[in-house]
Amino acid sequence: MMLMSTHAMLTGGLGLKPQHFEAADACAAPGLWFEVHAENYMVDGGPRLAWLERIRASHPLSLHGVSLSLAADAPPDPRQLERLAALVDRVEPALVSEHLAWSTWRGAYRPDLLPVPRSREVLQRVVDNITCVQQRLRRRIALENPSHYLRFDAHEYGEIEFLVEIARRSGCALLLDVNNVHVSANNLEYSAAETLDAVPAEWVEEIHLAGHSADPNLGDVLLIDSHDAPVAAAVWALYERLINRIGPRPTLVERDENVPGFDELLSERDHAHSLLSLHQPLAQAA
Amino acid sequence: MQLALHAYQDAFAAALLADDPAADAPEELRSLLAQPGFAVYRNTVLKGCIDALQANFPTVDRLVGDEWFRAAAAIHARATLPSQVSLLVYGESFPDFLAAFEPAQELPYLADVARVDRAWTESHVAADDPLLEPPAVVALSPAQMATTGLQLHAATRWHWSDAWPIHALWSRNRSESSEEPAEIVWAGEGVLLTRPYGAVHCAALSGAGAAFLAACATGASIEQAVLAALSAEPAADIAALIHQLLDAGAFSALQPAQRDTARKEEE
Repeated sequence: MMLMSTHAMLTGGLGLKPQHFEAADACAAPGLWFEVHAENYMVDGGPRLAWLERIRASHPLSLHGVSLSLAADAPPDPRQLERLAALVDRVEPALVSEHLAWSTWRGAYRPDLLPVPRSREVLQRVVDNITCVQQRLRRRIALENPSHYLRFDAHEYGEIEFLVEIARRSGCALLLDVNNVHVSANNLEYSAAETLDAVPAEWVEEIHLAGHSADPNLGDVLLIDSHDAPVAAAVWALYERLINRIGPRPTLVERDENVPGFDELLSERDHAHSLLSLHQPLAQAA
Repeated sequence: MQLALHAYQDAFAAALLADDPAADAPEELRSLLAQPGFAVYRNTVLKGCIDALQANFPTVDRLVGDEWFRAAAAIHARATLPSQVSLLVYGESFPDFLAAFEPAQELPYLADVARVDRAWTESHVAADDPLLEPPAVVALSPAQMATTGLQLHAATRWHWSDAWPIHALWSRNRSESSEEPAEIVWAGEGVLLTRPYGAVHCAALSGAGAAFLAACATGASIEQAVLAALSAEPAADIAALIHQLLDAGAFSALQPAQRDTARKEEE
């Protein structure tokens, strides 16, 4: 694996919000990088793209897709893939990622990360779809574990086993969302720590951290990956456990609802940055 | 559950928006749909669509209020999911939906306002065309004006309303303003949206202006576009109109006029 060499300079990153463009552009925090949802920039032109190019000129950028539907029983939509390829060519991102999920089906987009049974059929379909995307983009992508809310009787693989098998067959990397592991483990009653411990270090290219909330009706038995709050203490603890084992990785702090001012988000990402800085030797070695 | 993947996705997708998710679901899906977690997907999908419509139609939202808007948006989203994954451009048919939506009839200009919000979105994300500078047009001879047309800038949009002062209604509700608004003149009016320097720019547009732009969009010559403008509004000040459009950045280039298209006056 040659993962660390490319990304050794990236420490804590932030999900970029349009209302923070100016502050983000001006921020010179060491190791800072920004991630955007690729879909929000799949446009022909205009001020949004202009801003993205300006941010890209001042900071490393990561393109994160939420809609490519790698787990749909269909190849990626060619028009969408061309849009993504054009954006990749335009901003030359340090990282490109997507989810193990589906959302577009028979031409209609459902804005969520919908689940699939972990079967051999799905494994083959996802591997084929990732291969298609990687060939078009002429680069490796990372695959993210989504949050889980449902128990499937039909799973033929454990989650980490499934992700690693997809990565092994397609050559993609993994984006490990620690909050999603925490939420899923809570909802389906298994150990988040044991799940994270099972991830082979060499596949992990990026880490995501975000806040969650309790279901308004059911409370803490059903946590929702809502990205509307600071990263929870339990998730920070899992994160430290993970990087203590696998070493530093580019780590993104995400917030999509109740978005505070830039400085407040930056202080949250600074916490990730300082935890990663305890592991400097890897960055130097790369 | 051992449905084939495509059958699972057909059934899961249908259950996401169904009034009663389990009603038409195959047996293999019943245990999933019965779990409380299924509601998380139902809520997230619908909320994502409603949030996008609310972001893309801020003027409609301001006129009708949050509760009314979200209830109407939910009805529209259930009937018309996004066809594109970029939610920035979701809502293409929302103005038509509002025009036919019975509870919206109390605000008869609501669909027109929605059309301008939609036009703003289209202008905002359009390609970065060059701007046609005024001297290029001023230099044309009358003979050249009969054979030369004006190519619309990719970000140019306009909407004309015969019935409502749509520029006044839209612009004063689009954003918070501390200015004391001028009194509304209740007559037909148009809105011109252009993107001359980065941001979308909004201006009032006359009936002559709307006719001129519609003619340009069909490939008409400048001369034909002028005739179209005068036919819509015989007393129009054509020189002032062309200067307004050029200054707003409505055009990207001169182009050879296409014959036989000049009389198609509607966009």
